[in-house]
Amino acid sequence: MSPTPSPSSPQASPRADNWHTRAIGVTVLAFVVSAVVGFVALPLAQPDLKLKDVWDAICSAAGVASRPTAEKPIEPDFKVSSVVLTPDLLNLEDAQSIGRGATLAHQCAICHGPAGISRADSPNLTGQYASVVYKELKDFKTGARVNAVMTPFALVLSEQDMIDIAAYYAYLPRLPSPRADGTPPPRIVANGDPMRGIAPCGACHGELDNKRGSPRIDGQPAQYILSQLQAFASGERRNDISQQMRTIARQMTPSEMEAAARYYSGESR
Amino acid sequence: MLTSKRLILAHFWLAFIVFGVALLLGAWQMLVRSPLVPWISNPEWYYRSLTAHGTVMGYAFPTLIAMGFGYAISESALGQPLVGRRWAWLGFGLIVVGAVMALVPVALGLASVLYTFYPPMIGSPFYYIGVVLVVVGSWIWVALMSINLAIWKRANPGKPVPLAMFANVAGSYLWAWTAVGAALELLLQIIPVALELSSTIDAGLARVFFSWTLHAIVYFWLFPTYIAYYTIVPRAIGGKVYSDTMARIAFVLFLVVSMPIGIHHSFMDPEVGAGFKFLHSAFTALVALPTLITVFTICASVEIAARLRGGRGLFGWVTALPWSNPIMLAVAFSFVMLGFGGAGGLINMNYQFDATIHNTQWITGHFHLIFGGAIVIMYFAIAYDLWPHLTGRTLASLRLMRLQLWLWFIGMIVTTFPWHWVGILGMPRRMAYFDYTNPALAVDAFSVILSVIGGFILVVSGILFFVVLLRGQTAPQTDSGPYRFATAVHPPVTVPAALNGYALWVGLMIGLTITNYGYPIAQLALRPGTAVPAVYVGGQR
Ligand code: HEC
Ligand code: HEC
Ligand SMILES: [Cu+2]
Repeated sequence: MSPTPSPSSPQASPRADNWHTRAIGVTVLAFVVSAVVGFVALPLAQPDLKLKDVWDAICSAAGVASRPTAEKPIEPDFKVSSVVLTPDLLNLEDAQSIGRGATLAHQCAICHGPAGISRADSPNLTGQYASVVYKELKDFKTGARVNAVMTPFALVLSEQDMIDIAAYYAYLPRLPSPRADGTPPPRIVANGDPMRGIAPCGACHGELDNKRGSPRIDGQPAQYILSQLQAFASGERRNDISQQMRTIARQMTPSEMEAAARYYSGESR
Repeated sequence: MLTSKRLILAHFWLAFIVFGVALLLGAWQMLVRSPLVPWISNPEWYYRSLTAHGTVMGYAFPTLIAMGFGYAISESALGQPLVGRRWAWLGFGLIVVGAVMALVPVALGLASVLYTFYPPMIGSPFYYIGVVLVVVGSWIWVALMSINLAIWKRANPGKPVPLAMFANVAGSYLWAWTAVGAALELLLQIIPVALELSSTIDAGLARVFFSWTLHAIVYFWLFPTYIAYYTIVPRAIGGKVYSDTMARIAFVLFLVVSMPIGIHHSFMDPEVGAGFKFLHSAFTALVALPTLITVFTICASVEIAARLRGGRGLFGWVTALPWSNPIMLAVAFSFVMLGFGGAGGLINMNYQFDATIHNTQWITGHFHLIFGGAIVIMYFAIAYDLWPHLTGRTLASLRLMRLQLWLWFIGMIVTTFPWHWVGILGMPRRMAYFDYTNPALAVDAFSVILSVIGGFILVVSGILFFVVLLRGQTAPQTDSGPYRFATAVHPPVTVPAALNGYALWVGLMIGLTITNYGYPIAQLALRPGTAVPAVYVGGQR
């Protein structure tokens, strides 16, 4: 390279300021034009928005939360679950709590079995997630879930009782898988049916993954599983938060319900 | 003058090795959800693989390429040895540690949250901390690039910064600023929840933070490719850069307009106001400008090369181009893919059009075509071009290189075109399983099979790429001379200060970030009651 006669320093170039003003000017112009179109012109062009004035348009386009109307929200004519499931609900293993729960659980043994393994068609509770036992008891107590046999026993429980019982049953060992022979899961269990909005059961109920609030259903009596699915489908049971289970059960065919119940209970046909 | 050859090679090798692994995962993913094989029956394996694929391809691979190439540019364009080589090794080490730390929990199924994080899903804290380490490692590179440039400027007062370095540092500043969005999301929101210091998270705010990163990160991936267009291609095919000034303008425009547009990824999100969506849409239209400038300038530069080689006629000059040169082939393929990908991008940036293809396979097709296609094919070209200068051995297998590039091009088209199509038919993305026996999905089966074939063509091309590099390793030592960049038709003698520095453009970039993101972020951050319970993945079974 031949040495160039020292070029005038670019910093000193008189055109420098020109670049600054132009670049900033063009940017500001682009911003202002887009903002006027996006925050004023387009909102006002939509009669459905029922905007009062320009300021109203700007607020709406900016996403300012609108004030709720004075009208009261429509209350459902049935009780909804009042339980809020958070990840840290009932995660602690507390020996005292488990002990108290064991004592309280004596009254439950007639139906749910002395070790949480039912000999009738009541659900097994051994090894059930603590958050599930707690939620279901609370729902029975508030009336969000109704069962003539079970409800009276929940009504008398205090908040602490429910926590202790939940801790106790969660502490008991899980039932061994009822399918020692490794029966392959039916389609509805393994794959669900995405086109009908059914995720694989195992994505919530364990085996693949567990979503908080989804009970373990492995090893439950077939009759219980079937009756719950039917109850969700008919809307008789509606304590599932955000209709998680109802949307699924409503889409299931009777034979799919039977297949799932048979698979999870381990009862052969 | 390449003195840090080991450092640069380490970056490139690690980049390509993790790329090779992620490529295999990608092909496996395509296969297992196609009609060709019975389903794996466990979506968890699929999402595990997908998380690893995305994390490597999105964070580790392009970052390592940008860093390695950046060090090479700094040394050879500025003609001075890299200052801070120990720091550079430290940055590399952080990336290695971070990548291992992130990918072990992913492999164990403790962080199947996909590379875009998707709160309220929360995985193992090690995953996120690993990603943060990768970013911190790359910030060391940002600092080193700027320090090396400052040293050169002090020694060469008033001289125009060489184009390759000018662009390189612009890219590093873009990365530094765009990574801040995801860094805020990780440090302020996700990591505290992953460490169980809190159990709720504002998922809407997290998505807005991530969109801050998500668009401009694509331009960070794109920078090495554009630098190669301007500074490698014309030299490699015997031409000159048509306009040095145009190139500089394109690069500074990327700084300004690729940042304040990320909300186009959140058009369907309810937490952002429609006015801001429009604003981001309008600025997205502007980001086409630097790309159009580039397409024009590079076509003109290529024409210059053709005419110098005796090409004539309005279009006849195209035949005079050195088509047997792998770099020529790569840039042509890259442009074709950029053209199709860009056309698809015009659909995505339109609010109403976007609604029809949002969260469908169209999007997967779009970003694979742009990133995996237009961008990555130039990463291969960069490696082919730079390798002899790093290893001191020539890469002799030109035929193999051409075959590799052809296969990558064909493979990418065969993969992504059917994806676009099934996307229009409504096939959702991020699904582990499709029931092709369902009449509503049966129409997709054929296209899905095609794209699986494309995926396997890509794997073959990937293998060939390694064969080329490894065969080069056995070639005899030769001196390839100093590594040079293309010169302009009119080499710059003086450059306006604005195009020789970054203050103005970085100022505009930050200013527009504040105007376009300030209110949506402040509103979500200050509004109570917007957090939802975290969903820990891979926790209890
Ligand atoms: C007289 C029999 C009986 C007694 C005693 C009884 N339960 Fe139940 N329990 C049932 C039946 C039946 C169901 C199923 C209700 C249904 O079908 O909706 C049930 C359901 C439950 C469930 C919901 C399980 C699930 O998986 O959804 C819990 C939890 C439960 N009982 C806990 C208790 C506790 C704790 C006690 C003692 C305080 C108790 N039960 C006493 C009969 C009984
Ligand atoms: C999206 C997650 C999800 C999926 C997928 C899902 N469930 Fe459920 N299921 C739940 C939740 C949550 C509950 C508990 C509802 C409540 O009482 O709060 C539940 C409850 C049940 C119950 C009652 C259990 C009891 O002891 O009270 C049965 C039976 C059941 N599901 C069966 C199934 C079957 C069969 C499938 C697959 C076809 C399935 N579920 C798929 C979330 C899911
Ligand atoms: Cu984008």
